Amino acid sequence: MLKQIEGSLGVAEAVALCRPEVICAYPISPQTHIVEALGEMVKSGALSPCEFINVESEFAAMSVAIGASAAGARAYTATASQGLLYMVEAIFNAAGLGLPIVMTVANRAIGAPINIWNDHSDAMSQRDCGWIQLFAESNQEALDLHIQAFRLGEELSLPVMVCMDGFILTHAYERLNLPTLEQVKAYLPPYEPRQVLDPKEPVSIGAMVGPDAFAEVRYLAHAKQMQALELIPRHAAEFRQIFGRDSGGLVREYRTEDAATIVVALGSVLGTIKDTVDEMREQGYKIGVLGIVSFRPFPLAEVRRILRPAQRVVVLEKSLAVGIGGILSANVRMALSGAQLHGYTVIAGLGGRPITRKSLHKLFREAERDELQPLTFLDLDWNIVNHVLEREKQQRRSGPIAETILRDVGVVAARVA
Amino acid sequence: MFQIRLHGRGGQGVVTGAEMLSVAAFLQGRHAQAFPSFGSERTGAPVVAFCRIDDKEIRLREPIMEPDALIIQDPTLLHQVEVFSGLKQRDGYILINTSRSFEELGIGEFASDFRPERLCTVPATELALKHVGRPLPNAALLGGFAAVTGLLGLESVAAAIRDKFSGRVAEGNVAAATAAYDIVRQEMKEAAVHAQTD
Repeated sequence: MLKQIEGSLGVAEAVALCRPEVICAYPISPQTHIVEALGEMVKSGALSPCEFINVESEFAAMSVAIGASAAGARAYTATASQGLLYMVEAIFNAAGLGLPIVMTVANRAIGAPINIWNDHSDAMSQRDCGWIQLFAESNQEALDLHIQAFRLGEELSLPVMVCMDGFILTHAYERLNLPTLEQVKAYLPPYEPRQVLDPKEPVSIGAMVGPDAFAEVRYLAHAKQMQALELIPRHAAEFRQIFGRDSGGLVREYRTEDAATIVVALGSVLGTIKDTVDEMREQGYKIGVLGIVSFRPFPLAEVRRILRPAQRVVVLEKSLAVGIGGILSANVRMALSGAQLHGYTVIAGLGGRPITRKSLHKLFREAERDELQPLTFLDLDWNIVNHVLEREKQQRRSGPIAETILRDVGVVAARVA
Repeated sequence: MFQIRLHGRGGQGVVTGAEMLSVAAFLQGRHAQAFPSFGSERTGAPVVAFCRIDDKEIRLREPIMEPDALIIQDPTLLHQVEVFSGLKQRDGYILINTSRSFEELGIGEFASDFRPERLCTVPATELALKHVGRPLPNAALLGGFAAVTGLLGLESVAAAIRDKFSGRVAEGNVAAATAAYDIVRQEMKEAAVHAQTD
């Protein structure tokens, strides 16, 4: 059924159709509307049987999800930003124990400085925790990926993060195709746990493992993610059969045939990039796009196959590995190991800065001329940066950087973009 | 693609206005995307929301910097915020919630660069007070928007209002939107007559 609704509500509907038995969450922007809506569905009885557990923190949210999943329940939670960081210890445990929890991460920057806007710093900080990480390009895909996440996680006994851009997607109203319960039931079988805390057949979960076997347990976690590389395309194909649309998969190509330049990115910015690429194609530029849906596991072979014929690759990412540059781009470079290509890393959209077609046009043209720096910060205001650097040179007590910059730029609340 | 930017203050239902606009367009079979300018919203602080309408899927995620139409929910913003920034030259639409004229608002000269039948004012807050009992101008302005642009039918706007609200609140807002629609239609007629006699 087609509906014009907020992305968060669409995701809540999708999660509800997956019939989770335990939902636990602690509210944090921009994830709040998702769990609020689910809470209402549980309270009204529309989602039943399901227990909604209000917890005192994100650490508790993930701990409850771990307990629920270990007891054999289909468990769901959602968080973002500082909330994700606050549950980190439990996140690693959920992965290490192999519990198929599904969690929405409504991507948002991490402080300091305090910032509630979108970027990918939160999800990227957890890229090595052992969870599968899927990134949605649109609200339709966010909705669909949640259904696929339960299927994939439960089949492999691994937790799955569905990452969707905070505010840009969560708070956007657009046309969504909501599946029926019958479709979801046909796609997602009931949860059959590999391990379960059952008083009738008692086991313990969470043994201490010493040097003699720790590496083997860790290797098996890696091996499972490698299995996911096989399963994800198969699940996307089955999804298409039942729901009639393309969603998920490892990667998505757009106009990459004959492309000399390929732009690689994750999430909702792909839409703006595609519109820019369409305009550049009309002007004769041979440029295409590679969207990464599955960031963990990272589809090295697919990325290599698609990028190899190009002359240059621009990786545009909403995260920064301070001290080296890109995160996504480091992974893309690994896929291109040994290949002779011009590679550019572009850090963009940090802390919610809009990524505009205008800036992308300029950026991609510079790339076409191979005039880009290896590491570029899109739309960085060098006046502000240099001003701070100069101040620090001149006085020892130069003061807090964020406050100083805010004084320099003035109040920005009234700006349109 | 038709792009609308809504300006108002926290608490005036600016974001809800954009959302209802997108629902009305959806109900007419169009693709629509509504989203707020994100921030720590506070009551009374300037707020911006956006709506795009198109006949194909909308992939663009940048803020609307070159709108085809502006809906200004609070005229006190006119001289505080760059509300007109990027508005399409000459062909742009401007709808302001006020009982005063563009001249009285001090933007008469600016307005002279635009097509007069695309510039409208409607006392949406008064209409909302009368029909809903609360000073929330968003729904009434959508009625005015339907009239001035012809992009949406009044029935779609009414259905979008009923999608968001229910009962007396919905019906009051529909009545306010209908009244605003009629006022703007009348203004447009007068502007057309004026243009002919000029």
